[in-house]
Amino acid sequence: MISRLAPILTFLLLAAGPCAALEKVSYNRQIRPLLSDQCFACHGPDASKRKSGLRLDLRDSALLPAKSGARAIVPGDPGQSELIARLSNADPDELMPPPSTHKSLSEEQKQLFQRWIEEGAVYEGHWAYLAPVKPTLPADAGHPIDFLVGQRQHSLGLGFSAEADRRTLARRLYADLHGLPAPAAEVEAFVADASPDAYEKLVDRLLAASPYGERMAVWWLDLVRYADSAGYHSDKERNVSPFRDHVIGAFNQNQPFDQFTIEHLAGDLLPNATQEQKVASCFNKLLLTTDEGGAQAKDYEARYLQDRVRAVGTVWLAQTWMCSQCHDHKFDPMLASDFYSMGAFFADIDEGIIAAPEPGMMVFAPGQQQVYEAATAQRDRLQGSLEAETAESQLAYLRWENGQLQAALNPVWTPLMFGQRQAADGPALEDRGKGVYLAKGADPDKTVYTLTADSYPAAMTGLRLEALPQESLPTGGAGRASNGNFVVTEVKARLIRPDGSVAQELSFAKATASFEQEVAGADHPDKKWSAASTIDGDARGAEFGWAVLPQTGQAQSLWLELGAPVAAVADTRLVVEIQQAHGRGHHTLGQFRCSATTAAMAQAAAAPAAALPPPLAALLVKPIDQRSAEEQKSLVRHYRSLAPEWAETRQQLAQASAQIKEIEDRTVRCLTTKSTPNKRVVRLLPRGDFLNETGPVVKAALPSYLPSPKIDGREPNRLDLARWLVAAENPLTARVLANRLWKLFFGIGLSKTLEDFGLQGEMPPNLELLDWLACELRDGQWNVKGAVRSMVTSRTYRQVSTASPEMLTRDPENRELTRQSRFRLDAEFVRDYALTTARLLVPQIGGVSTKPYQPEGYWENLNFPARNWLPSTGASQYRRGLYTWWQRMFLHPAMLAFDAPSREECTAERVRSNIPQQALVLLNDPSFVEAAGALAGRVLAEGPGDDAGRIAWLWRESLQRPPTPEESATLLTLLTGHRTAYLADPAAAQSLGQAAPPAAAAEHAAWTSVARVALNLHEFITRS
Amino acid sequence: MKSSSSAYSPLHRRAFLSRATYGFGAAALAHLWGGPAAAPAAGSPGILSSTHLPARAKRVIFLSMAGGPSHLETFDPKPVLARMDGQPMPESMTKGQQIAQLQGQALKCFAPQIGFKKYGKSGQEFSELLPLLGTMADEMCIVRSVYSEAINHDPAHMFMNTGSQIAGRPSMGAWATYGLGSEAENLPGFVVLTSSGRGGQNQPIAARQWASGFIPSRFQGVHLRGKGDPVMYLNAPPGVNHDRQQDVVGAINALNGQHLADVGDPEIATRIAQYEMAFKLQSSVPELMDLAKEPPSVMDLYGCKPGDGSFAYNCLLARRLAERGVRFIQLYHKDWDHHGDIKQGVTLKAEEIDRACMALLTDLKQRDMLKDTLVIWGGEFGRTPMSQGSGRDHHNKGFSVWMAGGGIKPGISYGATDELGYQAVQDPVDVHDLHATMLQLLGVDHLRLTYRFQGRDYRLTDIKGKVLTPIIA
Repeated sequence: MISRLAPILTFLLLAAGPCAALEKVSYNRQIRPLLSDQCFACHGPDASKRKSGLRLDLRDSALLPAKSGARAIVPGDPGQSELIARLSNADPDELMPPPSTHKSLSEEQKQLFQRWIEEGAVYEGHWAYLAPVKPTLPADAGHPIDFLVGQRQHSLGLGFSAEADRRTLARRLYADLHGLPAPAAEVEAFVADASPDAYEKLVDRLLAASPYGERMAVWWLDLVRYADSAGYHSDKERNVSPFRDHVIGAFNQNQPFDQFTIEHLAGDLLPNATQEQKVASCFNKLLLTTDEGGAQAKDYEARYLQDRVRAVGTVWLAQTWMCSQCHDHKFDPMLASDFYSMGAFFADIDEGIIAAPEPGMMVFAPGQQQVYEAATAQRDRLQGSLEAETAESQLAYLRWENGQLQAALNPVWTPLMFGQRQAADGPALEDRGKGVYLAKGADPDKTVYTLTADSYPAAMTGLRLEALPQESLPTGGAGRASNGNFVVTEVKARLIRPDGSVAQELSFAKATASFEQEVAGADHPDKKWSAASTIDGDARGAEFGWAVLPQTGQAQSLWLELGAPVAAVADTRLVVEIQQAHGRGHHTLGQFRCSATTAAMAQAAAAPAAALPPPLAALLVKPIDQRSAEEQKSLVRHYRSLAPEWAETRQQLAQASAQIKEIEDRTVRCLTTKSTPNKRVVRLLPRGDFLNETGPVVKAALPSYLPSPKIDGREPNRLDLARWLVAAENPLTARVLANRLWKLFFGIGLSKTLEDFGLQGEMPPNLELLDWLACELRDGQWNVKGAVRSMVTSRTYRQVSTASPEMLTRDPENRELTRQSRFRLDAEFVRDYALTTARLLVPQIGGVSTKPYQPEGYWENLNFPARNWLPSTGASQYRRGLYTWWQRMFLHPAMLAFDAPSREECTAERVRSNIPQQALVLLNDPSFVEAAGALAGRVLAEGPGDDAGRIAWLWRESLQRPPTPEESATLLTLLTGHRTAYLADPAAAQSLGQAAPPAAAAEHAAWTSVARVALNLHEFITRS
Repeated sequence: MKSSSSAYSPLHRRAFLSRATYGFGAAALAHLWGGPAAAPAAGSPGILSSTHLPARAKRVIFLSMAGGPSHLETFDPKPVLARMDGQPMPESMTKGQQIAQLQGQALKCFAPQIGFKKYGKSGQEFSELLPLLGTMADEMCIVRSVYSEAINHDPAHMFMNTGSQIAGRPSMGAWATYGLGSEAENLPGFVVLTSSGRGGQNQPIAARQWASGFIPSRFQGVHLRGKGDPVMYLNAPPGVNHDRQQDVVGAINALNGQHLADVGDPEIATRIAQYEMAFKLQSSVPELMDLAKEPPSVMDLYGCKPGDGSFAYNCLLARRLAERGVRFIQLYHKDWDHHGDIKQGVTLKAEEIDRACMALLTDLKQRDMLKDTLVIWGGEFGRTPMSQGSGRDHHNKGFSVWMAGGGIKPGISYGATDELGYQAVQDPVDVHDLHATMLQLLGVDHLRLTYRFQGRDYRLTDIKGKVLTPIIA
């Protein structure tokens, strides 16, 4: 009995506070947290808020006498110490902390102050700001983590729990290292593996596999606030997915954390920075940005600076620097001037302040950059030759100009002036002069333009329809389709009498065109959008006709040769009917002109199109020596865009441009940091107010309260900042990293304040352990995988996660690591578990973000532009959760329900909630319903033939264990009930089950119900 | 799978199983399985065991007019501004101040584009386009001296909702439910509804405006939508009717109950309660949104049709939510961003809100609920006395908000802007003061409702906030 009681007694003593006079009061553990919480707000570092001139965070100041002569602290003499008197003063005006602050101290806490002063009021530096000291371990310590945990447990009379069973261990390792469920066969193989290093082999295999990087990325992406949208106001999308893939790759390749850090903050500043290093520098661009009209640049310049400083403080140092953006920090030694000096490190980042996200740098797959550069070089060369002036080319130009002038003087074509114009389904045809007409207003998919000319030339031999580009039309083309295209499906012409009766139907013998579209021509009987199909009486199909993509930007002509010259018939008018029956996407003519000719068609068609754009036509009549160089150039450019002698060059240029476009279209882009020598001027902003320009201009400088290297003769830059963060002297970074890694594998940090290692943060109960881990990282090339391996191979990690009632009393929060933790999976992994178990998951690493199903209309409150969520199709629908499109203003609701943060601010620790929305997601989100259906399909296809066997099979797949008899009974009841119900309700069975004969559908539907149960279980979404 | 280390006695376990199998109320579970930390989102206690002060209001209906309504065409009459139409704004007034789209332009006075009228016995003066609301003037307190820190929509919404321009802070509805919990049995404690205007100036709003930030997620606002699933994923999958869904939920909870007995993790008990709650939501939300039982007189009062998605429809839903004990109900009505043609814009908006606001106040009053329901109407900022063409730019130095019910002194106005409507000069009201007053009326001392995050005790009112005692009845 004695052996069982002793530890309890020790525990009780400790729990009551170290009143056993054995131990000295610890300033860092016991006094400073009280001072910081209760006193520093008025008697701390912030000079502007300091009351009565008393400062308690520095010993020298605290010992000084006040004006009254009283001393707050007289070491060794609590009776003379005003602080002690004030803590228990009956006069509310004298009592500290003042009642108005709603703060107060317990009797035990007052006693602590008393004893601490008795013992000499010794101050210690803040633990986190002192360099970690690596504990020396005895040679036979075994696993250092277990030694340090066990040592402390022993001193408290506590001990380790038993090791978890192998199934639990395998599931735990898969969850922690991959964020994926353990395959049943793997679990069984591990359970059966009798080799002494079976566990380590599994760990090493998992660490070497690429899902490890995906799992680790989730935590890091929260920290650096990675998201696919800009954040403010219109929340525009931006290109950053290569950064996410960089993070995944860095964890997988175990890039040393110091290098990883340096590339985040200053990859662009490294000599000969690689593409990957530039991508890493995207970190500096992950902040919230705006393009809201009316936003002031100065305002947002300040916001961006503040955002970046907060980020560095949170991500690497667990410092709550945001407090110092308005004033000196209340608890920590961070001054407002430190804050803005830190901000000055980012003043070189070249960016628009009020701007939509830029497209970013192209991020090439291996080898693609060379192909792209060769194509651009080729394009530039061709472009150059197209613009080069030679004697020969000048002569050719002059010939062309002469021809143009001739044509202008003796027109072969006579524009038809249509006094009456009708357009079916509503468009109005506006007269633009000189026979040019523009369709406006209603924009139907189909129309017919019926145009009536009062006069026409005698002995017409043909007609010409010109499609004339117009700036106001889509893409500046001649058509009204969104790409500037049109389809003329049939052209008819007739002569009519005044009463409207037809005097003569004209018939066309031949149709040719300046250009015939080949794009998307597969379905067209001619395999191209041919001129011929405009006079075939719709023999090729009414929806087919003449179109001109991609040459929509140039004037195009359709020449229609009459079977025989048409003599003028007295008292008749000419009607031209342009049918546009394509019927999709508004493929109708926007701007056009019809002309008639009496010349031989071959000659007429060869005549220069009188389609010279009006400004150029005006230039042409200007004598050549009166034209400016630019005017002349525009004429030459126009000529060369048409002249047959340049056709080959143009063809090659078009090919090169198409290749460039093709590469650009399929190459992802990434925002990166670009540095400019024209740095923004950074001022200290009093109260963080950008309108107050009275603060001093500050230069980049490292915070004064942490050890920093001397940099002489120049202003330090981002590279210096990054190197300082991971320098051996920096007491914070390694500890912060170690603490957060610990949280991943144990559920709670060694210091539970993951985001605050300042004076208000929790000093870890086992500081020696945190320091050992930190020193291992710092002195061991920042080996993150090594740290992870060390943690997960410890006995501490392998304990059971259940707690005995005794443990629940003695170590209620498990701060002494007397067991493992149980916690719900992160949002991303909840999805991954369901998709993996259903065998739907597509295990591709990286790529642009994907869009799982999302309720219709969820983005209705986004605007500028309004957006629709189009769910990804094919394999992209079944990607891991971490690839989900991250829209900051409206994060995917399934992710939000499971506490994924919006990533507007850096998040060191996710909230872990248990709310009804999670049940709704797992029950009803189509992604999970589809997964249940697929899992049911697997049960039927892969499982045994009997119900009980199938239930066992399903349990093995989803929980890697056999069902208990009670579970089987419950599931069997559900299954048989739903089998009967769905057989009786074939429509419901078809809706839920797979399309199949009714009996099969009912069977599938019933099993889908059972599979839904499996995917909804607490055990399924819990890591234990 | 039984673990010998279970924290629960066999007796306890049996008792649980027998109840879990048949299902029981979430509230009961919450009491059984721990305090607020394990409590479900709805029908749940807050962090305060009792209010700090006697509560005057049990709930809040916050009518957020998104886009920034012009106080000069709605609630702040400015005859001097009318006289100075077209004249330059006094530079002394505008120099060195935040300006949005009018940066660098000549600043000219722009007369109020809509007339004002006195309403009720109190003679409260506001827009002649709000005659129906005018019938409730004697219930309203118009605050004409509110000012905000922010001048662009997004940060201003953040500030109005969370008291901070930095993302990630809890919203006011989250704070209220965190402190007080909710009386709603089968509905969330904080509900948000949105509607768009017909004028085409529907500025975006963001889910962060009703987020829980760093406090637990169960206090976040739940967006109730007029289209599709009213709550995300509320509807059971195709082919799964109510009974079959119930079977599935029953099986899940039975198995979770067995698991709980094995491992003794209170999170499992909470999970079971949440499945019960989720299942109840599947009936309680449709019941809430089914207006079939509302008499024609009520539909006429509001002037809406079921499911028309209008602001008036949302006002009616707000009353139904209030009746069901929801703590914080926030309605967003967009389209108030009148940079151009403000006359036409405000006219459209007035049509959309006049009857709706009157109906809400009248309806609450008739049900004797106005006395403990605090209704607040206001935008994220106001608009400039200066013209921007035929409209007005964003303005944060002085604008109007009105409140009614829930312990607010009726039929008064409070505070004033200068004679041009530019700056709040008499009894200026910080947004934090509005928050402090709102919490006070709910019985909460704004200084004492805190949440520790990153080493600091945060409050809705940040480091500011004073209670506007003169407007409290």
